[in-house]
Amino acid sequence: MSTINIIKDRARQLGADQLDALQPIRTAALASFDKLGVPAVKHEEWKYTRVSQLFNQAYQIGADTATSDLNWQAFRLPEFETANELVFINGVYNAAASTVRSAGLVVLPLQDAAQGEYASIVSKHLGHSAQYLNDGINALNTSFLVGSVFIGVNRSTEIEHPIYIYNINDGRKENVFAQPRTLVHVAENAGVVLVETYGSIGSADHFTNQVVEVVVEQDARIEYYKIQNDSARSSQVSTTHFRQVGKSYVHAVTISLNGAMVRNNLNMVMEAEYCESNMYGLYFTSDSCHIDNHTIVDNVKPHCLSNEFYKGILDGSSTGVFNGKIFVRQDAQKINAFQSNKNILLSDTASVYTKPQLEIFADDVKCSHGCTIGRLDEEGLFYLRSRGITEAIARSLLLHSFAIDILEQVKPDAIRAYIDQLISERLGS
Amino acid sequence: MLQIKDLQAGIEGKEILKGINLTIQPGEVHAIMGPNGSGKSTLAAVLAGRSDYEVTGGSVEFLGKDLLDLSPEARAGEGLFLAFQYPVEIPGLSTINFMKTAVNEVRKYRGEPTLDAAEFLKLMKEKMNLVNIDKNLLTRSLNEGFSGGEKKRNEVFQMAMLEPRLAILDETDSGLDIDAIRIAAAGVNAVRSKENATLVITHYQRLLDYIIPDFVHVLYNGRIVKSGGKELALELEETGYSFLKNEMNIA
Repeated sequence: MSTINIIKDRARQLGADQLDALQPIRTAALASFDKLGVPAVKHEEWKYTRVSQLFNQAYQIGADTATSDLNWQAFRLPEFETANELVFINGVYNAAASTVRSAGLVVLPLQDAAQGEYASIVSKHLGHSAQYLNDGINALNTSFLVGSVFIGVNRSTEIEHPIYIYNINDGRKENVFAQPRTLVHVAENAGVVLVETYGSIGSADHFTNQVVEVVVEQDARIEYYKIQNDSARSSQVSTTHFRQVGKSYVHAVTISLNGAMVRNNLNMVMEAEYCESNMYGLYFTSDSCHIDNHTIVDNVKPHCLSNEFYKGILDGSSTGVFNGKIFVRQDAQKINAFQSNKNILLSDTASVYTKPQLEIFADDVKCSHGCTIGRLDEEGLFYLRSRGITEAIARSLLLHSFAIDILEQVKPDAIRAYIDQLISERLGS
Repeated sequence: MLQIKDLQAGIEGKEILKGINLTIQPGEVHAIMGPNGSGKSTLAAVLAGRSDYEVTGGSVEFLGKDLLDLSPEARAGEGLFLAFQYPVEIPGLSTINFMKTAVNEVRKYRGEPTLDAAEFLKLMKEKMNLVNIDKNLLTRSLNEGFSGGEKKRNEVFQMAMLEPRLAILDETDSGLDIDAIRIAAAGVNAVRSKENATLVITHYQRLLDYIIPDFVHVLYNGRIVKSGGKELALELEETGYSFLKNEMNIA
């Protein structure tokens, strides 16, 4: 039986086993997946990222494993002692390993949230990303919805410490297919910082298909950091879908330093007036690493501001993809949307595909976009070397200075220092 | 300290320097003047080790070493400094961080202990006063958005920090007004000593009002065609470079 059929079987089996409030959603998503399948290369949005090849091997699917002998702690982020820590093992939320400390923060199994006081939020927002990602991969995640989590930030609460989400895969025995799923609700006038990171244990192949949906209400604020520095045997499709339903602020930074095939979907749906969203990204790849950042900004309402800036450094025979879509609907007058993507290719065998895509239906808007692809500045290199700095250090200084304006967008000091350390290690300085 | 013998160099197959001979001793200030296209900046670039220039003949000895055999960073380590005509802008790298790395790399090269943060700051403060540069400039991204005068002052500051044995100033006066020239020149004079030497490359005489040369050489068509004392610069200022062409034609 093919991997895809095995996965479908498991999803059907789940349908028989888990008769909870999410069941109709799973069933509908499975039907969608049946219909859409896995996107092939001819699919425009997946042209450079051959996700279908990840389905050519067998996986252990979404199995929870005991954490007692699993060293997930190796992936802990700095200042975890005071942070809220949510642990997913093979895509399944592990409550025993997780710690929720902050007042005003609610973490529930998604199926429980679907029938309690958060039921209306879940039914209104869960699966909204499917409207933007109509490609099978998204439906596949929804067709499982096991070990999924609801994160609620209560009204007028500033969550004092960040939420760290660890997506850990245990591939010590078999290949792992993990599908973590989270719905985040940031209530009116609340604020929260969320940091996601990924770690693989064991030498098997890992494939994570993640969906995070975030609802941001009136006057709410969220900072969201995604740090991808997983092994060269770990692939992922990681979707983060923001829905700004009230005037609100989103600040998202995606740092991708390693992985086999990595596809990020970052969506910003601005459904209220005067929303602000920032999307920053840095991808720094080597060897045969493949990092694909697909972003969508949907301006539904007037007077919004979105700011997008992605930078890439590509070495070895690695590949970078940037695709930035900006929709401006007819009613979305007076919006500002900026987009920029800059790349440095360090080797002859590295490649980058960058594509801005603007679809504007309003007539009084300010949109700009631009992309550059170049080599390391030879003039700058000579300038530094002429001051006694060795070529290797000069290169590393120049690349670090190229990356720094993205790095500076990581606001929590400890996380920024942590990422800076990862980058410096990579630069060999 | 510097002996250039029959130096020939070019770029992309085009010969620019056609046999330069020049000897510089410690404590001396030499000026190289010449019209546009005579090879002044090529000479500076070849001495600093810019890789797009190809040396096709001759030799350069610097403090007993074959300079042309050294990488640009090793030349700096040996005590050579080039103040760029067009200093490079590097967004995201502050002059302070840049200089901290450079000073310590040069110290490593020379087998000296590296400076810790406090020692570096002390050195920086001292040199800032010496060349009269504002700290705000040094915390900003290197040369990014600097005025022409600020860029050149930053070059002089870097020179003061690295304490070179031989400083080459490539058209340090270009694009500067007279006040900016005076400030830059004062910085250069402040770091001069009996042990180190300065090679001033310039099109105009005006910089030499402030950095008084011991020797003036006229570069024309890839060769030094005339050498003399500081009065030669004044002579050139009056007559321009046109006399060269006449003299050359006769010869």
